[in-house]
Amino acid sequence: MPLTTVDAAAKRGVAAIQQYSLLSARALGNLFRRPFYGADIITQADLIGIGSLPIVILTGFFTGGVLALQSASTLAQFGAAAITGQLVSFSMIKELGPVLTSLMVSGRNASGMASELGSMMVTEQIDAMRALGTDPVKKLVMPRIIATIIMLFFLTIISDLVGIMGGAFVAVLMLGQDANQYFHTVYQSLQYPDILQGLVKPLFFGFIIATIGCYYGMSTRGGTQGVGRSTTQAVVVSSVLIIATDFVISRFMIGVFGR
Amino acid sequence: MTATGTALETDVPVSQAYPDAPAVRFEGVSIEFEGKDVLDQVSFEVKRGETRVLLGPAGVGKSVLLKLADGLLKPDAGRIFVFGFEVSAMPEEELFRLRESVGMVFQESALFDSLTVRDNVGYRLIQENVPDDEIDSRVSEALRFVELEHTMTKLPSELSGGMRRRVAIARAIITKPELILYDSPTGGLDPITSTTIIDLVIKQRDVSGTSSLLVTHRLQDAFMLATHRFNKDTGEVTALAEKQIDPSTSFLVLHQGRLVFDGSTHDLVHSDDDFLRQYLA
Repeated sequence: MPLTTVDAAAKRGVAAIQQYSLLSARALGNLFRRPFYGADIITQADLIGIGSLPIVILTGFFTGGVLALQSASTLAQFGAAAITGQLVSFSMIKELGPVLTSLMVSGRNASGMASELGSMMVTEQIDAMRALGTDPVKKLVMPRIIATIIMLFFLTIISDLVGIMGGAFVAVLMLGQDANQYFHTVYQSLQYPDILQGLVKPLFFGFIIATIGCYYGMSTRGGTQGVGRSTTQAVVVSSVLIIATDFVISRFMIGVFGR
Repeated sequence: MTATGTALETDVPVSQAYPDAPAVRFEGVSIEFEGKDVLDQVSFEVKRGETRVLLGPAGVGKSVLLKLADGLLKPDAGRIFVFGFEVSAMPEEELFRLRESVGMVFQESALFDSLTVRDNVGYRLIQENVPDDEIDSRVSEALRFVELEHTMTKLPSELSGGMRRRVAIARAIITKPELILYDSPTGGLDPITSTTIIDLVIKQRDVSGTSSLLVTHRLQDAFMLATHRFNKDTGEVTALAEKQIDPSTSFLVLHQGRLVFDGSTHDLVHSDDDFLRQYLA
């Protein structure tokens, strides 16, 4: 590869990070400036939160179920099948609940944001909005970030709960474990740092989903092909970032709380 | 005549802050995209009440020039003034206030496709929390101007291309701006619909006396603007007497990023410039 191509690619990469950072900072800075688009936040919360509820419930339930199914047989080899509930709750609350919910919401909403804003870009609707005196970052980006962060937090809690119920369904009805024992072990060894870890993650993941979706949407060029490209990139980049950030947060939390 | 930014914070209407300043002034404006010069040292003026028609082949940078005038793009070099404010140096927040006095009609209309015609035309009023009754009456008035009052509840996708342009004009004029920027308002339309759109531009020019900068690559539209006027008595656009031209309408011609003509209709048609003669032929 010629050096000039590497140089140009590096410059594009740095410029993209700069644009992404500026967009995120402007969107958050606008939170405290008038006008406040409260109605847009509620509309987006409905689209992102309520709209994602079915996939989050289904994903959570079957993830909890398969966790119980896979772990029970392994645990039984060590005579520890009784702590199936503990394994399911730990896995769901600390890792799988936040990460899988975020990946689902990312697949559904980062793509939606990128394609919606991308279409508006290529049809000059974003320019028209600016020409009509409205800041598109304030009107379109800020409500999506706030709505995604808030709704992903609650969706994760629902996913955790449904996952534990899915685990219970498998453990009790399919594997014949005792229901009291399952639910007792679910909360018995849980500590506040575990719950804190599970609840902090969706705040970061929600920010990633919305800012990446909006960034790719707002930087769309090149007609309908460009919209398709932005949509794909938004999902891929936000998914990778979610998993990478999950590792960083987990390491940090374990370092701070020791578990 | 330079921008201070402070006048925008007062109650003085933006267009009256510097009453002696022209509506638009470009001073040595250059811009490039991906290493290619799109505009090179472009300078011209649009006086108040004047209509300037910007001609040039497709892809010569006409739309870029209009976006620069509205502050949607920043030039790489040179200065741009609108009503005396330097838009090329103003932050976005202050530009929003300035744009209250500027209407823009985009090339492909750029209507918000998920909003009805009523909400598109009244968009600015809705954002300013104007009462619903007032929005309805002002939207009706603007739509009546473009003869589309019956389309209030329709979505843009339910309208024809020509109707969408007319709605875009209604959206641009609803706040009675002092300057209107038209980006190829007849591009891609059939000749009859194009005539309807140009009639509206003439009507707006002659009824409101608004300053305007109109981009087009259709010569027939440009010359129709120079040779027709709106008759307030009959409510129709009529041709001026033979050899008469509208004094407030003049021309700019862009070629390969440079301004190759800046003058009246008479000067344009009598120019000896090879490119202009070829272009007008």
